[in-house]
Amino acid sequence: MTLADDSVFAVSPMHRLQWEEVQQRDVLLYPEGMVELNRSSAEILKLCDGTRTLDKIVSELEGKFSTSGLTDDVREFLEVALENGWIRQG
Amino acid sequence: MAGSGKAEISQPRWLLAELTYACPLQCPYCSNPVDFASYHDELDTEDWLRVLSEARTMGAVQLGFSGGEPLVRQDLSILVKHARKLGYYTNLITSAYGLSEERIVELKASGLDHIQISIQASSRELSDSIAGTTCFDHKREVARLIKKHGYPMVLCVVIHKQNIHQMESILDMAEDLRADYVELANTQYYGWAHLNRDRLLPTREDFRRAESIAQTYKAKLKGKMKIYYVVPDYYEDRPKACMNGWGTTFLTIAPDGTALPCHSARQLPGLNCPNVRDLSIREIWEDSEAFNKYRGDHWMREPCRTCPEKNRDFGGCRCQAYLLTGDPTVADPVCTLSPNHDKILQAIQSASGNQFPEQRPVMFRNPRNSRQLSPLTPDSNTI
Repeated sequence: MTLADDSVFAVSPMHRLQWEEVQQRDVLLYPEGMVELNRSSAEILKLCDGTRTLDKIVSELEGKFSTSGLTDDVREFLEVALENGWIRQG
Repeated sequence: MAGSGKAEISQPRWLLAELTYACPLQCPYCSNPVDFASYHDELDTEDWLRVLSEARTMGAVQLGFSGGEPLVRQDLSILVKHARKLGYYTNLITSAYGLSEERIVELKASGLDHIQISIQASSRELSDSIAGTTCFDHKREVARLIKKHGYPMVLCVVIHKQNIHQMESILDMAEDLRADYVELANTQYYGWAHLNRDRLLPTREDFRRAESIAQTYKAKLKGKMKIYYVVPDYYEDRPKACMNGWGTTFLTIAPDGTALPCHSARQLPGLNCPNVRDLSIREIWEDSEAFNKYRGDHWMREPCRTCPEKNRDFGGCRCQAYLLTGDPTVADPVCTLSPNHDKILQAIQSASGNQFPEQRPVMFRNPRNSRQLSPLTPDSNTI
């Protein structure tokens, strides 16, 4: 699935992103299923709130973690997330 | 053996709350125990609230309210509300029978996340005949109401010989009803389905055709409706990784409070299943004999014990091993490496004959038949 540069991303309304204390990680919950998220995937999904574009998500993460060059990783994750229906682009 | 085989205990992730065995439907493949009519004494509201709290503390996060028909429980909304507050993702697994718009709204307000409804076939006549109850039109109406009120909806259709030829129209119906997910669940042959196996198990050719139709629709409806195709394990070469391994992920609480490592497990001999009335969920999960009995691989025999695939399928299903051989510790006969694999081939052969339906009537799941049939015996004792 291709990402449009001016698209904004939101977690799909079928899904719920939630911190699990016992697992010490975020999970994405949906009907009868769950994705156990690693730290970086969770950080990206938390920024998918329907207002941010790919560039915006990347720049916020790079700022937060004082790093650079995250574009490819974020793009790749968003593509997977779209493919699986975890997020929507609009 | 000292010090070996003690499996590391993971936390439960899935709690299946079987609230009641009461059900207005009579589907002949029901996964409830054949002797369900002999269990009474359902847990009360306070028991369930405590079970939900304790299992959540242990790490359970997916919660299925099931049965029987969970809507029969008048305290369902109270349980949903409590569960949602605890942070569960709450799934209602229902026949939709008797589900009104008012109750759909009430459950939504209580925090219910998702509703899965079953439909037995794509045509009214067949669906009502399989369910043993007039309910097809109502189910379709309920499906519309579920989507009207903004729930994600899973449509579950159990697949068997009598409806496998409707695969296209079942998928068309699911699309028409705006299901978000459709689960094409090939019948698993336990309990009632095992009794009725000759009347339910389709041929290999039927399966191949049905699977290819499901794959075509999967591609066609990508991004719109997800299709889960539950494979028929009788036609596989290796067993399913049943329950993701015994006592690793799934916890079922039966209506009478019996705690089970899988919903079929209460039929297993000598399991001595604990009850939530006597023990906490933590004691049950970590310490009970039943939950440790087939945990890890200490119980395995050959060919499983030294099999390089034992960590992938865990030797398959204990209930299936017992049902087909009378011994729950042997390899699941689905596996072609099992010395009992001929039991599967015989079952396929037996079901492919055409000596029914006249001679052996289908055994509907209802209290009368349940009382007549208890207790269930495995194949080896009945042949």
